[in-house]
Amino acid sequence: MNYETVIGLEVHVELATKSKIFCSCNAKYGAGPNEHVCPACCGMPGMLPVVNKRVVDYGMKAGMMLNCHINRTTTFDKKSYYYPDLPCAYQTTQWFAPVAVNGTVEIETSKGKKNIRIKQIHMEEDAGKLVHDIAEDTTHVDFNRTSVPLIEIVSQPDLSSAEEVEAYLERLKMLLRYAKVAECAMEHGTMRCDVNLSVRPEGSDQLGVRTEMKNMNSIEAIKHAIEYETARHIDAIENGTEVLVQETRRWDDIKGKSFAMRNKETAGDYRYFPDPNLMPVVIDDAWYDSIQASLPELPEEKYARYTEQLGLSEYDAAQLVKSIALCECFEAAHAVCGSAKDAANWMISEIMSILNQRKMTYDMLNINGTSLGELIKLVMDGTVGRANGKKILNAMFEDASIVPAEYAEKNGYIMSNDTGLIEQVVKAAIEAEPKAVADYKGGKEKAIMSIFGRCMKELKGNCDPQTLRTILIDTINKM
Amino acid sequence: MNFYTAKADTAAERRVAVDDMILTKTMPTAAGSRMLDGYMSLFDAEVITRLENAGYAIAGKTDVGEFAIDLVGETSYHGAGTENGTLLSASAEAIKSGDVPAVVCFDVNGSVCRAAAQNGLVSVKPTYGTVSRYGTIPAACSGETVSVMADSTAKCREILDVLAGHDDKDGTSLSEEQCALVKTAAAKPAAKVAVLTNFCEAVDDAVSAKLDAAKAALTAQGVEICEIADEKIAAARAAWNILMCSELCNNVSRYDGVKYGYRTQNFTNIDELYTNSRTEAFGELLKTAILFGSDNLSTENYMKVYDKALRIRRVVCEAFEELFKAYDAVLLPACSRLAYTEAETKADKYLAFEENQYTAPASITGLPAVTAGSVQLIGSMFSENMLFETAKLLAKEGE
Ligand SMILES: [Zn+2]
Repeated sequence: MNYETVIGLEVHVELATKSKIFCSCNAKYGAGPNEHVCPACCGMPGMLPVVNKRVVDYGMKAGMMLNCHINRTTTFDKKSYYYPDLPCAYQTTQWFAPVAVNGTVEIETSKGKKNIRIKQIHMEEDAGKLVHDIAEDTTHVDFNRTSVPLIEIVSQPDLSSAEEVEAYLERLKMLLRYAKVAECAMEHGTMRCDVNLSVRPEGSDQLGVRTEMKNMNSIEAIKHAIEYETARHIDAIENGTEVLVQETRRWDDIKGKSFAMRNKETAGDYRYFPDPNLMPVVIDDAWYDSIQASLPELPEEKYARYTEQLGLSEYDAAQLVKSIALCECFEAAHAVCGSAKDAANWMISEIMSILNQRKMTYDMLNINGTSLGELIKLVMDGTVGRANGKKILNAMFEDASIVPAEYAEKNGYIMSNDTGLIEQVVKAAIEAEPKAVADYKGGKEKAIMSIFGRCMKELKGNCDPQTLRTILIDTINKM
Repeated sequence: MNFYTAKADTAAERRVAVDDMILTKTMPTAAGSRMLDGYMSLFDAEVITRLENAGYAIAGKTDVGEFAIDLVGETSYHGAGTENGTLLSASAEAIKSGDVPAVVCFDVNGSVCRAAAQNGLVSVKPTYGTVSRYGTIPAACSGETVSVMADSTAKCREILDVLAGHDDKDGTSLSEEQCALVKTAAAKPAAKVAVLTNFCEAVDDAVSAKLDAAKAALTAQGVEICEIADEKIAAARAAWNILMCSELCNNVSRYDGVKYGYRTQNFTNIDELYTNSRTEAFGELLKTAILFGSDNLSTENYMKVYDKALRIRRVVCEAFEELFKAYDAVLLPACSRLAYTEAETKADKYLAFEENQYTAPASITGLPAVTAGSVQLIGSMFSENMLFETAKLLAKEGE
């Protein structure tokens, strides 16, 4: 019999707001233990939660990016459970009226396009982190992450393979990064995923027994886990190797296996109820419209515009739309230098390769697009040579405040139009390389390159290659 | 009974005490619970800041019952204050002894109203949202209100004027304009007052006499008195007990012995740390409230119990709105008797959850209530000044 896998995902994404959801603590990842805490996010009595409006902005924006209906009145609720990383023993989340419901995300796989339905997106606060000290046999609590805003994106069980799950997660990342609401870096834990999976005979409309794997934090692990669980379910159904039960399982990526979690870790009644300290958030038309107006052009829209209006090749356009940071840099550079082709060329052959060399993601690009445009212009109009242009670009990676024209001036990267100087350098080079001159005259055209290189080096690259070549050949021919 | 003293050199009329539900940086705040014995807050409550900015000196702290849900403070971990077997309210004693003319109290379950009524003092529980709860120990957030108990209507009003105002740090705080109504709204006494007769049936003779005196005083000064029975408002008690205990259960769940507060010596793992710390530190009434609240919020009971209580809250609000179309204020008892004995609280552990039938209507609706002449007046939102003026008529008769 053929089986199909039915998968639904709950994806937790940390929102990239500056401050936490209910207090003004810094929400940024990576500080020392308990450096970003206050009495509120440590659960001390007497502090009252006040909603960070920016979190609602981002929640709405995420909802709109995923084609959701936005609930104009959205409420916060308390979810109770005891765990040392949860300082109040309750998490503030959205249970009764989440910010966004009923959306869709289109994915594309080797089997074509498919719509994945989104059940809801709700906003909530993150919990802290437990740090186990094995040497001391103690556990410490770090509250930096408590109350960092999260959204949880709950899909319908519309996914049916590891490939689709990967495409879905990549699409979510791209959309949320385009909207600049989240970093979505699984390696930082700013995107985490619960996988709900069941298996049924192909064509059946009944769902099989569902198991859940919580807190998955890499796409590779998720793909392995889906393949493993699918095989385990099918084996259980076909061969009766075990009885499937609805349960939460833990994926061990090292062993490549999933394990049932102790019942104790999963049982419990969360006792949801509306938080009386947080008034319902009412989203009026003006607020709704302002978020709508701030939505970015989608990757497909950019691709179409780049190829159709700006005349970029399909390859170049596809490269650029991989990241909103690349698009924005390109668009700003294009606005200054006026040539889409040159701007795209610099982005793809220079900037993307520098990012790769430096092991930076595209989203980490910190080059000011306007400055890049100025640099491209300097190279286009012959003020700076291309090789020196690259040097300036590398310097800009180190110092974002560099003004290309000033930097070129200061470092002697301005092209020389002084033919007297070029002739002098050529004369000296010819004298220094008699063998190359002889070879060239003897018909070895390539021999000229070493003299050319010597001249370029002497001129510090500040010479139009064509001009130098002409003067060099003329001089040799006249000898 | 607990009473810290500080800044004794301040002129008597500028001295104010606060009860132990209000967080202070310079004095410990225990909320009457062993769990928070010696707890030092990192910050002052907003009301402390307001009092100090207005030139008042915080003279000390008065003890409260555990998380202020009991009758008049008898469940404090310091033990009940008594005199000849009668329960004493620490805040009322502070005023009666002449230590301070007023105490800023946190009203969670009517203890402020009851203490004022039993000691012949004046108290005001202002409109919910007009005084910031920032820096108060959370108990039943949807109804708890910073209140004032004082030796006179004028003093009560003077302190409320200092406390009322918008606070960005409290998400339920009303706008500055609305808060200002509490201070500046036109001040004429009520012309028509409704007496809620079904609340007057179970009270003892002493309370009945106080009610009669109040009615007589108002009538004598031209206030029209009507007797009304309202069963909808009487439903407030059951609903408030559900809401209060549920919120309380959730709010005190943070006291787990991990971060601060009482920690048991007797544990080998995290579950024992939680359970034993809470078992050892919490008192019996609070434990009852926690169990009741936890049960109300279970998935099984949420719609049957908690959601129904929320709907009753709306019904009670609407019943009051309806009454206020015809009457300026509502008169009812503050308690069933003018003194509680320690013996009867031992015999009836849940007396606090029955006596609150008189205070639950104002707690569940957030409406303002003034206690004077041992009776309670409830008005529409922001009608504090009208209630004070009406209360003055009661005081005049008493003189
Ligand atoms: Zn904080």
